[in-house]
Amino acid sequence: MAKIGVITFPGSLDERDAQRAIRLAGAEPVALWHGEHDLKGVDALVLPGGFSYGDYLRCGAISALSPIMTEVVAAANAGLPVLGICNGFQMLVEAHLLPGGLIRNDHGAFIRRDQALTVENTDTAWTNEFAKGAEIVIPLKNGEGGYIADAETLERLEGEGRVVFRYKGVNPNGSANDIAGIANERGNVVGLMPHPEHAVEPGFGPNTRERMRSGVDGLKFFTSAIQALQAV
Amino acid sequence: MPTIVVEVMPKAELLDPQGKAIAGALSRTSRGDFQVRQGKRFELTVPGDELTQELLDQIREIAGEVLSNSVIEDVVGIHVLGHETPAGL
Repeated sequence: MAKIGVITFPGSLDERDAQRAIRLAGAEPVALWHGEHDLKGVDALVLPGGFSYGDYLRCGAISALSPIMTEVVAAANAGLPVLGICNGFQMLVEAHLLPGGLIRNDHGAFIRRDQALTVENTDTAWTNEFAKGAEIVIPLKNGEGGYIADAETLERLEGEGRVVFRYKGVNPNGSANDIAGIANERGNVVGLMPHPEHAVEPGFGPNTRERMRSGVDGLKFFTSAIQALQAV
Repeated sequence: MPTIVVEVMPKAELLDPQGKAIAGALSRTSRGDFQVRQGKRFELTVPGDELTQELLDQIREIAGEVLSNSVIEDVVGIHVLGHETPAGL
């Protein structure tokens, strides 16, 4: 069975939800600790959401300097699938595994909503089970989710198809080009602000047209990773 | 023990929601219509009495790589506390 590690940082909030999502998808979750230098032989990694170090300095900036991040950067560069969710996305950007930056929402307020996204790249380790152009709904909850990058970087991301998720219907935070998530060149590292791990089990996900809280669109992120590992 | 001050501001071309909120409050309370931008000030106190060029170079590197993120911010000043001129950088 594939082993997917979830790293807990001081102030992480969603690591147990991520572990549960991994279990529901059919893999074995492995709890990892920021202060160690040990990835325990996992086949893929999730950097979970939360407010590590109370968002001191910049969101994700201090966690990006954690001991375990040395191993994360090396593994990511060697092709290990890595998913950064919300604060985890901010860490990937601060660790320079993904380009650009995340700043305070343009309206200045924290936002929590069930957010529609378009899946634009289905070649990544975390999206291969989606249909290209699929619309999904998963929760979004953050104060600093505005994605920005310089014009040249945006052009490169768009040109290389590395915008993986785009906000649909409404841009909730002022992100450039409605960008909700991006991938590295190789497609093994993906970061996004919305939370797939909160939409994996009927009764606990976003509302759908059919039934309240029945949305499970987040599950395919994790089954995609399992699929990517089996394909290797 | 000398103290080095590092000042960081959000890039001018980026929206600064914090500055905008402050400007809104000033305007609402009839204190005037200003453009406000909010940044950060760091104070790094150096052990020992002497401030070497090597140490200043090290602080300049820290300012650029840790205290600021060049994608969203600029380091706008590095100086010795009490001396507003740049610290030999």
